[in-house]
Amino acid sequence: MNIVVCVKQVPDTWAEKKLDPADQTVDRKTVDNVMNELDEYAVEEALKLQESQGAEVTILTMGPDGATETIRKALSMGADKAVHVVDDALHGSCAVQTSEVLAKAISSLSPDLVFLGTESTDAGMSVMAAMLSERLGWPQLSNAGKVEVDGTTVKVQRLTDNGHDVVEGELPAIVSVVEKINEPRYPSFKGIMAAKKKPLETKSVADLGVDASSVGLAAATTAVADSTVRPPKAAGTVVKDEGDGGQKVAEFLASQKFI
Amino acid sequence: MAEILVLVEHVDGNVKKVTLELLTKARQLGEPSAVFAGSGFENAKAKLAEYGAAKVYVADDPELEQYVAAPKAELLAQLVAEKSPALVLVPATIDGKEVGARLAVKTGSGLITDAVDLVTGDGGFVAEQSIFGGSTVVHSKVTKGTPIVAMRPNSTAPEASGGEAAEEKVSITISDGAKKAAIKDRVIEQKGGRPELTEASIVVSGGRGVGSADNMKLVEDLADALGAAVGASRAVTDAGWYPHQNQVGQTGKTVSPQLYVAVGISGAIQHRAGMQTSKTIVAVNKDAEAPIFELADFGVVGDLFQVVPQLTEQVKSRKG
Ligand SMILES: Cc1cc2nc3c(=O)[nH]c(=O)nc-3n(C[C@H](O)[C@H](O)[C@H](O)COP(=O)(O)OP(=O)(O)OC[C@H]3O[C@@H](n4cnc5c(N)ncnc54)[C@H](O)[C@@H]3O)c2cc1C
Repeated sequence: MNIVVCVKQVPDTWAEKKLDPADQTVDRKTVDNVMNELDEYAVEEALKLQESQGAEVTILTMGPDGATETIRKALSMGADKAVHVVDDALHGSCAVQTSEVLAKAISSLSPDLVFLGTESTDAGMSVMAAMLSERLGWPQLSNAGKVEVDGTTVKVQRLTDNGHDVVEGELPAIVSVVEKINEPRYPSFKGIMAAKKKPLETKSVADLGVDASSVGLAAATTAVADSTVRPPKAAGTVVKDEGDGGQKVAEFLASQKFI
Repeated sequence: MAEILVLVEHVDGNVKKVTLELLTKARQLGEPSAVFAGSGFENAKAKLAEYGAAKVYVADDPELEQYVAAPKAELLAQLVAEKSPALVLVPATIDGKEVGARLAVKTGSGLITDAVDLVTGDGGFVAEQSIFGGSTVVHSKVTKGTPIVAMRPNSTAPEASGGEAAEEKVSITISDGAKKAAIKDRVIEQKGGRPELTEASIVVSGGRGVGSADNMKLVEDLADALGAAVGASRAVTDAGWYPHQNQVGQTGKTVSPQLYVAVGISGAIQHRAGMQTSKTIVAVNKDAEAPIFELADFGVVGDLFQVVPQLTEQVKSRKG
C-alpha cells in the first residue's frame, strides 16, 4: 500500500501570529515555523499502517524553502520519502489553488490512501480534505477519530457536531484525522540520523503541469482587503476566595445584568 | 434584488438556529432563497418563511443525506448554474464548510470560512473574520466566481420577518462520484436538554480541575442555573468525562457567547482559540498564575469545589 501524508509548515502554536502588512499573507519570516500540530496525527496514523500493513509512506508538502525542516521531522518520525512542491509562484495561494496543486502532486504519486490533519493552525479552514476529494473523485473520509483499513475498504468514525457517523469508502481515499485519534511519536535519534538519507524530491508547478499564472496571490479566488490587530484585552478584576468567592462572582454577574 | 442561496442545516426538518441567522443576514444583503436538502421539509417550511426566505428550493431526496458532503455540493452547483445567485451562504459547521469547499472547486469560486460578519461594500460582499485565535480582524472578498461564505453560528441575531416562501421542487440526480463516502450509521451522543454550545448566549466550561466525570455535575448545575450550555477543555473530553462534541477550542468548537465561565481550566492557547472572543469571561481557578486570568473580566483564585456550588446557589436565589 502507498500512503501520501499532506503536511504543512505553519507558525509555531505559541508564536504571535501576524499578517505581513505588505501583502496580507501569513508572516512566516518573523516567527518559528513548525509542522502543523494536527498533521503530526496524520503522519502517526500512516506510520501505524506502515508497521501493520507494510505501507510505504510519502510526505507531501507545498511551501517555501524552509518547509524542508517540517519534511525532515516527518521523515525522522519514520516516513519513507518526501515530495516538496516549492515555487515562488505559489506565494499567497488560496485554498482552491492549493488544492489544485496538491491534487496534481497526489495524482503523480498514485497512492491508495491520503492522510491529512483536519485543519492547519494558521489558516484554520478545514476544507482541504473536501477539496482534494472533489478534485480527485475519491471518497471523502474527513474528520476521522478512528480509521480501519480492511482490504480495499476504509471505515472511519467521522466526528460530527452531535456525535459521530460511521463512514465507509473504497480505496483510493482521502482521510483527514482529528487529534483524538492517536498519540504522535517523537523522532528517535536513530530516526533523525536515518532521515538525512531519505529521498526528498522537489517539484515546481511546471513539473506538475500547473500553469504558474493560475496560482499565487494575484490569481487567488479571495483577497484580503485589510487587517487590524485587536488591542489586548484590558485587565479584569481578580479576587482571592475568602469564603465568599461564589458570592463575588454572582455580584459581578448581577452588575453585568446576566442574572 | 439579488438572489442569495442559504443552505439549510437541519435534523429531520428541525432547522438549526444558525440557518435563521443566515436568513436574517441574507435579507440585509439581498433576497434569500433557502435550499432544503433531505427529508422533513414539512417541519421546516413555516420556520424558513418566518425568518424571511422568499423562496425555498426543496430537494427531498433522502440520498442527499446518506453520503458525506458531496451530494449537497452537487445540488448547490446545479442551483448556482440555473439561478446565478449573487452569493451562497453556508453555516461554518463541519458539514457546511465541507459542502462549501466542494462547491468552490466545482464552480471555480472563492470560499471564505468562519466569517463573523458580512456587508455589501465597494464591488461586492466584504466578510469579516477573526483570525489567529481572535487576535486579528480581517476583511476579505471573493474575487472569482460566485462568492461562497461560511458564517459562524452566533454571528447575527436572528429576526423573524413574517411572510410567505414560494416553494420550488428541485429534482437532482446524484452522480456516482458523489456517493463514494457512504454514511452507514449515525450515532448521537448529545447530552439532551441544554442549549447548543455554539448557539448559547452563556457557556459554562469545565476543565481538568473538575477532577472526574461525576464532578462535571457541578458545571452542569451552574450551567442550568444560568440557562447556559456546557463546554469542556480537551483534558476533560480526552479523559472521557464529557462527550467530545462539547470540547471548546482549536480542535473543538469555537464559541463567542455573551458570557463564558471557565471552571478549572488553565487557559492553554488551543483552548483560548475557541473562546477568546466571548464578550465577558469569568474564571475560577486555584492557581493565580493560570493564563486564563489574562483573559478574564472577573476571576476568582480559589477552590472550584467551594466557589462553584456557592455561585450556583447565589444565581438560583437571585433569579428567584
Ligand atoms: C493539536 C492540539 C489541539 C488541541 N485542541 C484543544 C482544544 O480544542 N481545546 C482545549 O481545551 N484544549 C486543546 N488542546 C489541549 C491544550 O493544550 C491543553 O492541554 C488543555 O486545554 C488543558 O485543559 P485544562 O485547562 O482543562 O487542563 P490543565 O491545563 O491541566 O488545567 C487544569 C486547571 O485546573 C486548575 N485546578 C485544578 N484543581 C482545581 C480546583 N480544585 N479548583 C480550581 N482550579 C483547579 C489548575 O490550577 C489548572 O489551571 C489541544 C492540544 C493540541 C496539541
